[in-house]
Amino acid sequence: MDSSTIALSVIFVIVLVSSIVGMYAGARYKMNLEQWTVAGRGFGVVLVWLLMAGEIYTTFAFLGASGWAYSRGGPTLYIMAYLTLAYVFSFYFLPQIWEIGKKFGMQTQSDFFHKRYGSKNLAAFASLIGVIFIIPYLQLQLTGLGIIVEVSGFGGISRATAIIVAFILVAIFVFISGVRAVAWISVIKDFLMLFAAFFIGIGLPYMYFGGISEMFTALVNAKPLHLILPGSTKTMGQTWYISTVLLTSMGFYMWPHLFSAAFTAKSNDTLRKNAVMMPLYTITMPLIFFVGFTAILVVPGLSNGDLALLTIVRNSYPAWFMGLIGAAGALTAMVPAAILILAAATLFAKNFYREMFAPNMTDDQVEKLAKVMVIVITLIALYFAIYSSTTLVNLLLLGYAGVTQFLPGVIFGLYWGRINKTGVFSGLVTGIAVVAYLVLTKQDPFFGINAGFVALCVNFAVTITVTLMTKPEPNRFNEESVS
Amino acid sequence: MHKPSLQAILVGLIPFIAMCFSVPLWDRVHPFVLGLPFNIFWIVLWILMTPVCMTFAYKIERRKIDAAGRIQEGGIQHG
Repeated sequence: MDSSTIALSVIFVIVLVSSIVGMYAGARYKMNLEQWTVAGRGFGVVLVWLLMAGEIYTTFAFLGASGWAYSRGGPTLYIMAYLTLAYVFSFYFLPQIWEIGKKFGMQTQSDFFHKRYGSKNLAAFASLIGVIFIIPYLQLQLTGLGIIVEVSGFGGISRATAIIVAFILVAIFVFISGVRAVAWISVIKDFLMLFAAFFIGIGLPYMYFGGISEMFTALVNAKPLHLILPGSTKTMGQTWYISTVLLTSMGFYMWPHLFSAAFTAKSNDTLRKNAVMMPLYTITMPLIFFVGFTAILVVPGLSNGDLALLTIVRNSYPAWFMGLIGAAGALTAMVPAAILILAAATLFAKNFYREMFAPNMTDDQVEKLAKVMVIVITLIALYFAIYSSTTLVNLLLLGYAGVTQFLPGVIFGLYWGRINKTGVFSGLVTGIAVVAYLVLTKQDPFFGINAGFVALCVNFAVTITVTLMTKPEPNRFNEESVS
Repeated sequence: MHKPSLQAILVGLIPFIAMCFSVPLWDRVHPFVLGLPFNIFWIVLWILMTPVCMTFAYKIERRKIDAAGRIQEGGIQHG
């Protein structure tokens, strides 16, 4: 057998087995809307951990992080800092969101906005913004998956074919088992990812330099400034680092799919324990960086840094091993993609379509529409991924900076009784306008500060000012629960 | 709804100071510690230290919640 056949067989078997596990995961449960979206609020510490890790360690962690280490150097440290700090930040508001969600039977981020601010227009607007920013993120997973299967399969099948096959599988297991599928496939993915990270993160520096310390010494001698800020970039200095870490760590759980993952937990204490322990999962990230740093001296001059990890693995290990890495990589795309599709489909059906056009829909009808949307959203993202553009990274940056603009509405919604819908709405619109303007006119970073952070500051200022200038409204979270 | 206590918030600020605001103090390559450039060593150290800090924050919160008798498990009515 040639390398391509061996590697592709390994990838195919692992991906197929994982998909079957995912489909089987929900088969024991009678699916209704709450079961499909938030697993009946029945996940304990371990499953919530796996679900959240599954959503967090995306293809960006796998290809992008090593790619940043390879092509940018120092600025890449922000990734380890913001992931760790995102969990720290979550300790202070996710358990509270769970309490509110439990009290009022919430399943999505827009449900939160709807209940707190009593405005279906604000909730529908928030859900539309959420869906819009999820699509480029999903597209990134698809494109990443295509690259992984193409390179690790030694070019045996085309990028488009790989993307289509993988996403038919994703759509099927999301369709059948909802969020339970995602959590269980994460188990397989996390084991593969841990194995891959430890094996190549330590193995490659030893193979080429005789040790991690020796690898760094060689790198510092060859490129003395690569490892400190701003590394091999011109604009990513210390101000950029601080503003970006703040923006991304505070904005992290504003992604609609991560926000609603909080509702799958069995109790608020589950989320507190998770916030304490999750930072340990970040420990795989330095290992991925070691691979990127090793690749600088071993496979220099790649035009696309995202290919650094796959290229060095392909040059260093046998084909079956490349297949394992490829399968781990494919799952790091498929798992987050599944949860993104699930979140976007639910947001659209429940919080946009039902709110705006069909208030009499039952939960069963919403679930049916959401399942149709699984297919529609998959097709849209497939179209973009296959015919896609060079503006992918721009879209993602825009997405991250965009969803973070939900922060004032969420935090003030929980902790500031005076806040009202006019304030939140004005802040959100202004924040997104500032993000769009700065990013699209290529002014990011803006005077060395992350553009999304600039927008977030403006957003906070507008939210507070407008709230104080308009009439107070009752805090609807103080109402009696619906159940 | 249980609001986080000030003490717990102050404990949570420690990792933020260590990994984010203090970057000018530790963003350098030398000295190598445990074979790692200093900035990478520092970040890895704080990935490990953060759960320690947050365990303290958890204990503080837990004590307050237990005192207020507001532990909410699934299925129990509350308001």
